[in-house]
Amino acid sequence: MFEQIFDAALFDSATRAMIPILLAALGGMICERAGVFQIALEGMMLAGAFAAVAGSYLAISWTLGVVFGIAAGMLISLALAYGTVTRRGDSIVLGIALNLLAMGLTGFLLPQLFDVRGVFQHPRIDGLDRIAIPVLSDIPWIGPVLFDNTLLTYVALLLVPILWVFLFRTPVGLRLRGVGERPLAAETLGVSPTVYKYGAVLASGALAGLAGAQLSLGNVVQFAENMSSGRGWVAVVAVMLGRAHPVGVLAAAALFALAEALGFRFQGNGLPVQITDALPFVVTLLALIIARKRFARLLDLTTAA
Amino acid sequence: MTFELELRGITKRYPGVLANDAVDLAVRPAEIHAIVGENGAGKTTLMSLLYGLFPPDEGEIFIRGERVEFSSALEAIAAGLGMVHQSFKLFPTLSVADNVVFRQEPRRRGLIDRAASVARVRELADRYGLAVDPEAVVEDLPVGVLQRVEILKALYRDANVLILDEPTAVLTPQERDKLFEVIRRLRDAGGTILFITHKLGEVMAISDRVTVLRNGRAVADLVTAETDPAEITLHMTGRAVDLDRRAPEHEPAQVVLKVDSLTVIGEHGRPAVADASFEVRSGEIVGIAGVAGNGQSELIEALCGLRETDGGAVSLVGMEITGADVAGRRSAGLAYIPEDRYAVGTIRQASVSENLLLGHHRNPSIQHRGWFDRQAVARLARRLVEVFDIKAGSVSGPVSTLSGGNLQKVVVAREMEQGTPLLIAEQPTRGLDIGAIEFVHGQLVRFRDQGGAVLMVSAELSEILALSTRILVMFEGRIVADLDPSKVAEPEIGLYMTGAHLEKAVA
Repeated sequence: MFEQIFDAALFDSATRAMIPILLAALGGMICERAGVFQIALEGMMLAGAFAAVAGSYLAISWTLGVVFGIAAGMLISLALAYGTVTRRGDSIVLGIALNLLAMGLTGFLLPQLFDVRGVFQHPRIDGLDRIAIPVLSDIPWIGPVLFDNTLLTYVALLLVPILWVFLFRTPVGLRLRGVGERPLAAETLGVSPTVYKYGAVLASGALAGLAGAQLSLGNVVQFAENMSSGRGWVAVVAVMLGRAHPVGVLAAAALFALAEALGFRFQGNGLPVQITDALPFVVTLLALIIARKRFARLLDLTTAA
Repeated sequence: MTFELELRGITKRYPGVLANDAVDLAVRPAEIHAIVGENGAGKTTLMSLLYGLFPPDEGEIFIRGERVEFSSALEAIAAGLGMVHQSFKLFPTLSVADNVVFRQEPRRRGLIDRAASVARVRELADRYGLAVDPEAVVEDLPVGVLQRVEILKALYRDANVLILDEPTAVLTPQERDKLFEVIRRLRDAGGTILFITHKLGEVMAISDRVTVLRNGRAVADLVTAETDPAEITLHMTGRAVDLDRRAPEHEPAQVVLKVDSLTVIGEHGRPAVADASFEVRSGEIVGIAGVAGNGQSELIEALCGLRETDGGAVSLVGMEITGADVAGRRSAGLAYIPEDRYAVGTIRQASVSENLLLGHHRNPSIQHRGWFDRQAVARLARRLVEVFDIKAGSVSGPVSTLSGGNLQKVVVAREMEQGTPLLIAEQPTRGLDIGAIEFVHGQLVRFRDQGGAVLMVSAELSEILALSTRILVMFEGRIVADLDPSKVAEPEIGLYMTGAHLEKAVA
């Protein structure tokens, strides 16, 4: 029974589920470190997924699709940055509004631009190829799971150590963390919180856009209405659960992805789809309850500033 | 001669207020120059202007004879000024070294050179006798050390002129003495120090010269060795005040508050208050001395019902209140002047009269079946405003427009008029000027003389000494001393406050 469930195919599908969550959560982590509570990941991911498909369809090129995805995520994040940093609005209210906007806008543009409802599939849409890394992909078991994937998968996994070095070893990373913790203190030393917060929010937009591109050009090659289906929210929780630390965020994203993959598997074994769909969120809820204290502390950190 | 720093005719106006009125200030190289004045005399405004936080309306600033105009603190720092603010501007989760080198990080191949920054900070700390571990995380450090980190930040940025804004407010007497050593060492190394304070003892102890501000004007520039506290006080207040007046003796009567082996578990699972037992009788003021963070806040919150207790018993006029809620305690006879008059003591958006009404709102002469008697409310507000001399434009205006002193009077008036046998006063004069302090002290003494019992927490030893009938000292959650103020001196209390008496006992 155990081996029937935990086979390589399960981990393969868990990896696919993890990458969008990880990319978005890494963006959320940067914002958290800069003192912005980033709750618009869901909307930026969805917009990224839509724009990636649109770009790829127009140019018959996944490269342009990815660029479109990044641009769409950043466009929404720019609105968020302007609203919360420049106009000092509430990031939660604004984030929710942008999430709703992204859902409505993609739902509206889908029939307008492509004359379809629900799902848009077309041979012109150029998907992300799986790139097998020589040697590494031949390692039994983990080789095909980790090293025979899309470019964005490798980007996401490499970003974990890169962002760790960035946050904890570079001057800019130090200043970003300083801004997030005590913006006034940073300002008295000549570090502009505005600039750093804009940078962080825009970076999270780019990363959530990438997450969307992976979703609509990597995991599948199509756009479906509301296809992010809560992954951006799961990413928000992953930031908290992972204590806004790259390795912690990776672990949290892996946990949620495993839950999602297990859900699919149980569905295949005949469990009702409503129950299996709920599994990742049950795990999320449990994780939040277990990590309640950390959660409170992180919220303190973001709101105290 | 060339002054290290010179201000000429500095004027700053705010709507309705002349914060600085043609202030002249001349600071010689390598001197410790004290700037004294009551709160609201314009000290902070003057330093903010000097530090480039906002521009003066009139006047000029010279550094070593050269005219300068700063449009930001950054330019002031570049010109060799360093300011240690009253509220520290540090990053709690970062290390000391990271805090010091922030934005001027030593680098190697684009990354922060950790070893170099730790070494530089250690070298600076050693040179000036600032005992700090560069690798410690700031949030784990006591305030005295945080101040050293702030000084290191300024020194790392090559400050020639160090501005210290009320630097001793948060320190124990021992930490204060260490700070003074550091300041002297900096001066002897050629540095210039501007020392802002309202404590005359410190002016006399540390400064070479002193400039007195009053109502925005520089009213005196004195050589410390040629003056005395009485003269400075006269300049500060324009009149002679006697804060050290010892309260007249009264025989304390029956026990009002009895605390028996009270224990409160704090944030980290350790006891914040450990096995505290004491009594407060009617007609006495019991003062709790201690360095902030040694359990005073937890003790007071537990007594007021704002925090759960984890052992022991509390009774008020013979009635057990250990498990009672706030309302139960208040009706049993407890009034409370909280430490934070802004966040806890008042409701900012509410009017003056609404704030004065709080706690009286259950009184049947004011409220009938859930409705306020508006006339009774107005009468109460008018009476309190008059008796306590609260300067408010209108009692129906928002309380947030009041000055700090008048806001505190609102809190004091409301709590003292509850007609309770016990008054708990937490830092009742923090941040007030001498006039307002005198007033609040007078009210506490009046309350006591009318047979009330007062439990007071204060970080100001002078206040504890001036008012208390008995002094309790708290250290690490325990009450380590019960002293008679007429028989102890400040240094002895300081020993208890820092736990030094424990080391002595062991030795």
